[in-house]
Amino acid sequence: MADRPATGKAALVAELERALPPGTVIHEEEALRPYECDGLPAYRQLPLLAVLPADVEQVQQVVQICRRHGVPVVARGAATGLSGGALPLADGVLLGLSRLNRILEIDPLARTARVQPGVRNLAISEAAAPYGLYYAPDPSSQIACTIGGNVAENSGGVHCLKYGLTVNNLLELKVITAEGELLTIGSAALDSPGYDLLSLITGSEGMLGIVVEALVRLLPRPARAQVVLAAFDDVEKAADAVGAIIAAGIIPAGLEMMDGPAIAAAEDFVHAGYPRDAAAILLCEIDGTNEEVSEHVMRVNALLHEMGATEVRTARDEQERLRFWQGRKAAFPAVGRISPDYYCMDGTVPRRRLGEVLKGIARLSQEYGLPVANVFHAGDGNLHPLILFDSNVPGELQRAEDFGAEILELSVRVGGTITGEHGVGHEKIHQMCVQFSAAELEQFRAVKSAFDPQALLNPGKAIPQPRRCAEYRTIGERRAQRKA
Amino acid sequence: MNDLAEALQAQVREACAKSEPLALRGSGSKSFLGRRVQGRVLELSGHRGIVNYEPRELVLTARAGTPLAEIEQVLEAQGQMLPFEPPHFGPGATLGGTIACALSGPRRPYAGAVRDVVLGCRIINGRGEILRFGGEVMKNVAGYDVSRLMAGAFGTLGILLEVSLKVLPKPETELTLVQECDATEALEKMNRLAGTPVPLSASSHDGIQLHLRLSGTNGAVEGARKRIGGEILADGAGYWEKLREHRHAFFTGKAPLWRLSVPSTTPFQANLPGKQLIEWGGAQRWLISEAPGETIRRAAAEAGGHATRFRGEAPEGEAFHPLPGPLMALHRNLKRAFDPAGILNPGRLYGEF
Repeated sequence: MADRPATGKAALVAELERALPPGTVIHEEEALRPYECDGLPAYRQLPLLAVLPADVEQVQQVVQICRRHGVPVVARGAATGLSGGALPLADGVLLGLSRLNRILEIDPLARTARVQPGVRNLAISEAAAPYGLYYAPDPSSQIACTIGGNVAENSGGVHCLKYGLTVNNLLELKVITAEGELLTIGSAALDSPGYDLLSLITGSEGMLGIVVEALVRLLPRPARAQVVLAAFDDVEKAADAVGAIIAAGIIPAGLEMMDGPAIAAAEDFVHAGYPRDAAAILLCEIDGTNEEVSEHVMRVNALLHEMGATEVRTARDEQERLRFWQGRKAAFPAVGRISPDYYCMDGTVPRRRLGEVLKGIARLSQEYGLPVANVFHAGDGNLHPLILFDSNVPGELQRAEDFGAEILELSVRVGGTITGEHGVGHEKIHQMCVQFSAAELEQFRAVKSAFDPQALLNPGKAIPQPRRCAEYRTIGERRAQRKA
Repeated sequence: MNDLAEALQAQVREACAKSEPLALRGSGSKSFLGRRVQGRVLELSGHRGIVNYEPRELVLTARAGTPLAEIEQVLEAQGQMLPFEPPHFGPGATLGGTIACALSGPRRPYAGAVRDVVLGCRIINGRGEILRFGGEVMKNVAGYDVSRLMAGAFGTLGILLEVSLKVLPKPETELTLVQECDATEALEKMNRLAGTPVPLSASSHDGIQLHLRLSGTNGAVEGARKRIGGEILADGAGYWEKLREHRHAFFTGKAPLWRLSVPSTTPFQANLPGKQLIEWGGAQRWLISEAPGETIRRAAAEAGGHATRFRGEAPEGEAFHPLPGPLMALHRNLKRAFDPAGILNPGRLYGEF
């Protein structure tokens, strides 16, 4: 398929251009450049062509035409994804959904928002704010990322320990199937007859259907939010404190942790007021009614001292609260300033294994000779080790990738997963072979075929073919050789 | 010997080879729900026991035959609970049946449904393969979310062997407030309150009285009580348990019981014959009615929801709301993907598969 004859492309372009308004089909190489990667620019590929439909009918037409031509379709939102999930295919159409960007309805009484897939995550909360409501999932990219991509990746965020992931905040999807049919999955009611397809499609990385509309749940803004910052002289003590807070029956709205290198980078960048000499800090946000927040903040303060915090600070006002968070939210770009390149991992581990995993990462960091800054959603055990490297130094990118692969394999070994929220995409497809058995992968492929028998929707992502697993075993051997 | 995984696998393989339909059975507490299955009964309640429970991790993993009561007791001892407050509908109710039937209780609209807390599972598919999906961590997006798909599949896609669930700390205190008002006013109040930051955890209207449950810290519950008003119900916990288990006086009578799942703001459907009880902030409505199924289903569908014939034999045999053609086709494809020989609870959900 890779060397599709030019006449095939010309015929496809002609048919798409006939069906769609001018300016919708992009097929010249220079104009295709912006679409060659998503938020993981280490992987790049020019698509055969890009199509930018403006409404649901146009999306449907694109899929139907591509289906007739046997050309695969890769959907793309704001391209903020971190696993190469929207990496184009050389022989495929890149379907950009950014023009479907209207908020169709906010229903304050029912507490729902009906939106098109290209609506930005934060725009939903902004539109709901006048009613005292907001959309809870808040991935770090929420200023830019769009709800269609959030559904495809089942995005989480800082607040998902208490408020859930995208899947827990969705009611209904309108989806274009691989057949080009428009399906409604779920409803404005709390459940629907038949299988829970809403759960299955959420997080399916654009492989089971293309989301063209979403009905999301809105929550009332908590009456009050307060954040406590605690410093520790030892990373494991900080990890134990996380467990202690949860064991005390408190579910914080957010419970984040940063280690020394991440603290230093964030502090240099945004001056959040973090203690620079700490080995780790915890940010614990409590929200709820006024009374509840007061009660819980007092208990959290006491617990953090008990667990050996060297310093505990409660944000004095809203301004300080936002500044505490700013440091955390800017952690990735902050690390980007101190290193030519960084590679962000996304494993999740059972919280009780956190200390052990951190030690393992430190050991690997020495073995590979590459520094790491650790930022995590500690409350749900989701780690984001940032491996620092310089792609201009020969061999460093390879070393960073090998190091990352070992972190993911470590996550699986302690009972965790290779990806908590960034998705498998193109990036982690090999590690799927570590996490799942051949029969489990075969079951995934059967699910894919049930929705998309011709493998037209984002083929090649997320679920590896058996031969890739065989290849990976060889890669593992090579990696061991490189290290030796 | 409480781990029957291999024995069950052998039976499924044999059934698969012979294309012999299996009727899956835990304790049988929910056998009234859904269509009847013709097949050899496969007993699952012997596969039991809590495999892992880490209160600090907020995760519990148990074999599917474990009695729900046992799980709730173990959680209670640690001050934790199943957030979706499942109905038992019988003393022997198992975890597997609870997940497979996806039944949630009064806390559902405020704390999530069964599917919201399913983190992972081990299943036997229709080919007799033992497969694991998801895990014991809160966030996991590796592969399709097959675990949540099992919630509400009524065993038609796989036999649940083990399930990992997210659990939550029990609230410090709970309190139930009662006030009299009509259904329209009750619906308005339920929806308005849910849009404000009050620690609401259950709501119902039985035609005369609106019941609201508050859960949280002492201060939060007391603060909300003052703002909301109404009488404090002496045995609040007893009220919600009776309602959840359908032992509330409303659920008496010989006429069929229907469950309407509709958008929470759907106006009270006074034109439906029979009596109604509203729950879940307006999103779940119980209807006891002799009206034809078609009338009831049409009313639910027009409101943007669906209707399930919950108890009482349906003349046409269908319990669940019919699916539109393309969705039904997708269901058939999925069924084939998990159970190509069609041996797992065939016909329990729909006659077509």
